[in-house]
Amino acid sequence: MKNEHTPKFAAALSALVLVGIGAVILNQKVSAAGEGKITGTVKLSGTAPHMRGIDMSKDPYCVKQHDNNPAKMENVVAGSNGGLANVVLYISEGLTANEANAVPSQEPQFDQKGCMYVPHVLAMDVNQKFKVTSSDQTTHNIHPLPNPTGGNIGWNKSQPPGAPPIETSWANQEVAIQVKCNIHPWMHGYFVVVKGPYGTSDDNGSYTIDNVPAGSYTVTAWQEDLGTQTAKVTVAAGKPATADFTFKAK
Amino acid sequence: MRTILLRSSLLISTVAVLVFPAISLAQITSVQQQEWLNSPAAVSHVGNITGNAKAGAADYRRYCVGCHGELGDGNGEVAPWLDPKPRDFTLGVFKCRSTPTGTLPTDEDLFNTIARGLVTSNMPQWNTFTKQERADLVAWIKHFSPRWQKEKAGVPIQIPPEPEVTAERIKAGQDVFNRVQCWKCHGVTGQANGPSASTLTDDLNRPILPYNFHEETRFKCGTSDQDLYKIFMTGLDGTPMPSWSDNIKPDEAWDLVFYLRSLQPMPSKEKELAKQLGLKPVNPNAGQ
Repeated sequence: MKNEHTPKFAAALSALVLVGIGAVILNQKVSAAGEGKITGTVKLSGTAPHMRGIDMSKDPYCVKQHDNNPAKMENVVAGSNGGLANVVLYISEGLTANEANAVPSQEPQFDQKGCMYVPHVLAMDVNQKFKVTSSDQTTHNIHPLPNPTGGNIGWNKSQPPGAPPIETSWANQEVAIQVKCNIHPWMHGYFVVVKGPYGTSDDNGSYTIDNVPAGSYTVTAWQEDLGTQTAKVTVAAGKPATADFTFKAK
Repeated sequence: MRTILLRSSLLISTVAVLVFPAISLAQITSVQQQEWLNSPAAVSHVGNITGNAKAGAADYRRYCVGCHGELGDGNGEVAPWLDPKPRDFTLGVFKCRSTPTGTLPTDEDLFNTIARGLVTSNMPQWNTFTKQERADLVAWIKHFSPRWQKEKAGVPIQIPPEPEVTAERIKAGQDVFNRVQCWKCHGVTGQANGPSASTLTDDLNRPILPYNFHEETRFKCGTSDQDLYKIFMTGLDGTPMPSWSDNIKPDEAWDLVFYLRSLQPMPSKEKELAKQLGLKPVNPNAGQ
């Protein structure tokens, strides 16, 4: 009796092992696909709007920081090649719930430097920890103003010279949360809180969204003054896909 | 025939008179709010008093609606003529809290605000209400914002026992005032004339003034030393006044309380000690 069953058992066991190995290999493939990315360029067409200079005379410290580099508004920052900076690009459709809910471990930083926000626009994932720091020897108050009905809760904290960083996160997607300093009324920036992988365009308008699994997606590009644009993108396993955007100057 | 007509029209108008207020009361709240009002959560707790939201509705309609509006959004009939504007309860953001910035106030915080009123605004003292009526109003006010349905009130900050006022503490308080730069808005002398005073706006982008320590004896959020401590350690949410709890230690906070007291117009031990010290405002830009 027993002996008759042994070959069947051995066959079942080896089948299980094979399936197991297959699963491991497949799994590796899945993680390889996780290295896909979306890259591209964001451009501004038409004449870039004039960014007016900022009068910081309320605070002599701030004035001093801009002795050699006059401060300008940063609503639309376009490079000489037409590249548009501070555009946040994120995947608005196509991610599975697990992919959308994954939270990156790195902590992006929002610095107050020369009485300006650096970066002017900070993108982050829902529940991703980020830091608010101050490099300035003057007091700032950091005052994010989320939509009161959007689920995120606003707060208002001080950062005098030498203050420790504020470490916090946002619980809900929100594009975008305005940040202001009441003490220096010209200071305004944005937190852009999205679900899933994201990227921000640099001074040349180039961007990269890393860690995108293979699949078909809608990518949304957000600019604070010029609104949003979307594009359909298909990412093949492990390969970069491209999506370029052009915003029209108002 | 005529009597029948008369009778039926009388009946219709009676029904209309009876039904109309019921309809209008129902209209002021959304379905979600109604559900909440019918739930056991629609209460407030102040000491051993339990306030009931529905019991507060009548007082609200009689005494509060003119400024705060039927929807609790601060758009009452007289709101256009008021400055500062009445509180918009739908936002769930309150100045006077014992809780950290960004959190909901406790029921007791709201209860105290109703009785105290808000100086330098049009909100009078409502200490004519009984405690029960005030607790009922607190419960009613809470139904206007969905925040109360999702969140609990914050945990009140810890206030250490008040130390003895000394000249050293007042001097140390001035150092805190200068270090964290309270003068940026409140002015070097506390007269609401700091460099940033003229451009301050609240969360709804309406102009707002900093507190003038020379003109007022009372604060928006109370009169006691503990109230003053709470104001700067929790911040006044909805206004430019931030929370300083990350950057002022509890002991330093008491020093600052004593220094701020010395700026106020009424006679006080703090004022006397500051005078003896010959404390002068420090020009913040002297070193630059």
